[in-house]
Amino acid sequence: MKPILEKNAAITGLGQSAVGRRLPASPLELTLDACLEAIADAGLRREDIDGLATYPGAGFGGGGFSGAGITDVQDALRLELDWFCGGPETSGQLGSVINACMAVASGLANHVLCFRTVFEASAQGAGRRAGIGAGGGPGFRASGFLQWTLPFGAASAANWIALFAQAHFHAYGTTREQLAWIALNARRNAARNPKAIFRDPLTLADYLSARMISTPLGLYDCDVPVDGSTAFVVSRAELARDLRRPRVRVEAVGSALHGRPSWDQFDDLTTMALRDASSMLWQRTDLRPADVDVAELYDGFSFIALAWLEALGFCKQGEGGPFVAGGARIALDGEIPLNTHGGQLSAGRLHGYGFLHEAVVQLRGEGGERQVPGSPEVAIAAAGGGPLGGCLLLTRA
Amino acid sequence: MSDAPFRILPEVTPANEHFWRGGAHDELRFLRCRPCREWIHPPSPVCPRCLAKDVAPEAVSGRARVLTFTVNHQLWIPGFPPPYVIAIVELPEQVGLRLTTNLVGIAPEDVRIDMDVRVVFEQHGDVYLPLFAPVTSP
Repeated sequence: MKPILEKNAAITGLGQSAVGRRLPASPLELTLDACLEAIADAGLRREDIDGLATYPGAGFGGGGFSGAGITDVQDALRLELDWFCGGPETSGQLGSVINACMAVASGLANHVLCFRTVFEASAQGAGRRAGIGAGGGPGFRASGFLQWTLPFGAASAANWIALFAQAHFHAYGTTREQLAWIALNARRNAARNPKAIFRDPLTLADYLSARMISTPLGLYDCDVPVDGSTAFVVSRAELARDLRRPRVRVEAVGSALHGRPSWDQFDDLTTMALRDASSMLWQRTDLRPADVDVAELYDGFSFIALAWLEALGFCKQGEGGPFVAGGARIALDGEIPLNTHGGQLSAGRLHGYGFLHEAVVQLRGEGGERQVPGSPEVAIAAAGGGPLGGCLLLTRA
Repeated sequence: MSDAPFRILPEVTPANEHFWRGGAHDELRFLRCRPCREWIHPPSPVCPRCLAKDVAPEAVSGRARVLTFTVNHQLWIPGFPPPYVIAIVELPEQVGLRLTTNLVGIAPEDVRIDMDVRVVFEQHGDVYLPLFAPVTSP
């Protein structure tokens, strides 16, 4: 049995900048807004921050994918760091937070500031999504993983995830009418979230009649790019007792990558790397899926949330379609409230960090109109699709 | 070549040229481990099964089965207009030996998972993209 060090980590501070379709602030300004809010929320001073973590780090990806990196923040705040880590090669966006949990648990740092900034709405312009690597210009040649997809016009994660979704539809009889409820539930919750991007009601008819992006995924299966930054303070649990905010403790994490690390070579095309991250998480806790009061699961594309629901055991593999159909089970008052802030589909693509933020908000009882009733004690936050997947199980201490 | 649409092409290197240029010989080629006969894709200098370094390209039959597909309707790459069919196909030579490709010679609405297809090459200079077309029923 491996030691379960993450139980010594707590999330003690939350911060989030303005979130919008095209904000006047620079990505670094948004980042610092979120970071300073998180530090203040924890009741700490910046001198207390001795660790820094981010995903995916500066300079990775174009199109506003990475709004700020480690050294940007370290220098702007003149932080004195004993530990830091930023990069894309980890267990999805929340891999950076999992790393921070381990840094505090192992004694490399006391309080790690974690941040994720996106600037995709401004960078990509109104109403357009960029193909990954598609803007290389004359003579550009694809290398690495993209050489296997770009020559065939598979230039977006929309295509890569659509291939998984189609395989799931074929294997299990899943339908668009079922998958729709991931998007409809998100919109229903977003109506109660003042920071959400899309808050107007969305009907099944709207969903089904929207233009197709990459079958079986239509417009409302795809998240909405935004500008914004989210930050957390992760502290060693023994230090968290003295801080001002309600304690949210990390119970277990999942960070596995067992299958082949690409979008088209994975052994089972009806699920993804998140399968093994989920399985790992449940091996590190005595809690079970039935103990979870609220689930915040990555919906960069609707199908990914369905895959997380199955992988985490809220329903069986292949039963995600019937499970979400009608939206009752995943509603705020349902058996497993899902994406209570509106997810990335309606609240905006804060890229993974938004789910963990909302999980902590719910455990603190600060959800306002969207608060899950009954004072939730256990929440799960999960992010990533394809070869990326990381998840954290949280409890109110 | 003049009939071929614009494509973003791969950077051809010694490690992958067997794959991208096999079409010049009308062959779809993958690396294969000489000692244990494992097919290896994407290319790697070490066999992932037996860890031997004795790997070399070999041709496969060119037959394949559609594992999954999507009809793309969004313009991602200027000059490469939708709709087009993206598929992951698996080769009968080995479970898990597969690639992302385009299905051609078939209307998007007629594509089905599990259908049998065969490689056809689309030449762009020194690169031969392996696309797949339906095997017509006898």
